[in-house]
Amino acid sequence: MTRIIVITSGKGGVGKTTTSASIAMGLAKKGHKTAVIDFDVGLRNLDLIMGCERRVVYDFVNVINGEATLNQALIKDKRCENLYILPASQTRDKDALSFEGVGKVLAELKKDFDYIVCDSPAGIETGANMAMYYADDAFVVTNPEISSVRDSDRMLGILSSKSLRAQKGKEPIKEYLLLSRYSPSRVKLGDMLSVDDVQEILSLHLLGVIPESLDVLNASNSGVPIILDEKSSVGQAYTDIVARYLGEEKVHRFIEEERKGLFGRLFGG
Amino acid sequence: MSLLDYFKKRSNTANTVKNRLEIIIAHDRAVSRGQPSYLPALQQELLEVIQKYIAVGQDAISVNLEQNDNQEILELNIALPDETKKQEPKIPVKLKKSRRNKKR
Repeated sequence: MTRIIVITSGKGGVGKTTTSASIAMGLAKKGHKTAVIDFDVGLRNLDLIMGCERRVVYDFVNVINGEATLNQALIKDKRCENLYILPASQTRDKDALSFEGVGKVLAELKKDFDYIVCDSPAGIETGANMAMYYADDAFVVTNPEISSVRDSDRMLGILSSKSLRAQKGKEPIKEYLLLSRYSPSRVKLGDMLSVDDVQEILSLHLLGVIPESLDVLNASNSGVPIILDEKSSVGQAYTDIVARYLGEEKVHRFIEEERKGLFGRLFGG
Repeated sequence: MSLLDYFKKRSNTANTVKNRLEIIIAHDRAVSRGQPSYLPALQQELLEVIQKYIAVGQDAISVNLEQNDNQEILELNIALPDETKKQEPKIPVKLKKSRRNKKR
């Protein structure tokens, strides 16, 4: 059975596209045939994070409108044969998406793929509604920061009332918390919400904590999903998250401050 | 954390933000999810009653139901017009009109 995962948050800039790219790559590397779709029509970005921007010929809207077949529009990843990217249209506006059109494309993808990862745009308008409508699972990407937590809660309300599962009275969407840009040292100093605080407020199942790191910028600069950077704590965090999602037991990491040597403790870094 | 940090003043804004979030999210949820279905009707009827006596606009009243641990608070806010507006002759006329409309 194919699972449709929506990567959502409400607020912008919390790491949805970074997460979509890495989760999709992680699932594909585990041997699952995976498609990742950019729902941000008009503000296409996933192709850049995946490093395939120069290979985009047709897009999601072309497929919906019958101007191209799904196979023509899907871009096969060069690093992992199980991974395909469906880019958003850069020239249309978000109203080019319709529930019917999106549903058709997803139904066709379901025939071939194990996982479909939907990269939601920010906000709670058309694009975001389309991205979450057909979802089975939702990864709610949240930063330990006031506006992000509030927007995540708002998005949870939308997931539980406006999704297909909610409207048909089916089993609700499974919701998971991904706490990103986490800084254990700032939590320790008392100026950042802790994992426990956020979990208490949102009461969500924690899939993983992604530490704040400069590696993310380097990865997006070079068009490589951060999960492929095995040395990076962020890459490791995403690897753990994928494993946990697939049912493996993994102890949570990156919640406590890294232990430094005497030199580091004295002079910081 | 470096040695210098030990001498910095601890702000502990994390507690502040947690408290603010708990309040605002409880409020958001009451409005978007848990709002009882009678609230809009209650608001409309209250508005009609008030309009019988005072010239207020359609948006002059707000009704909120807040839930705390073990109590519910029904908050009613009515914005009264200022003195100058009250004396304008047009408003009572409007009021009559709207009253007639409601009777139909």
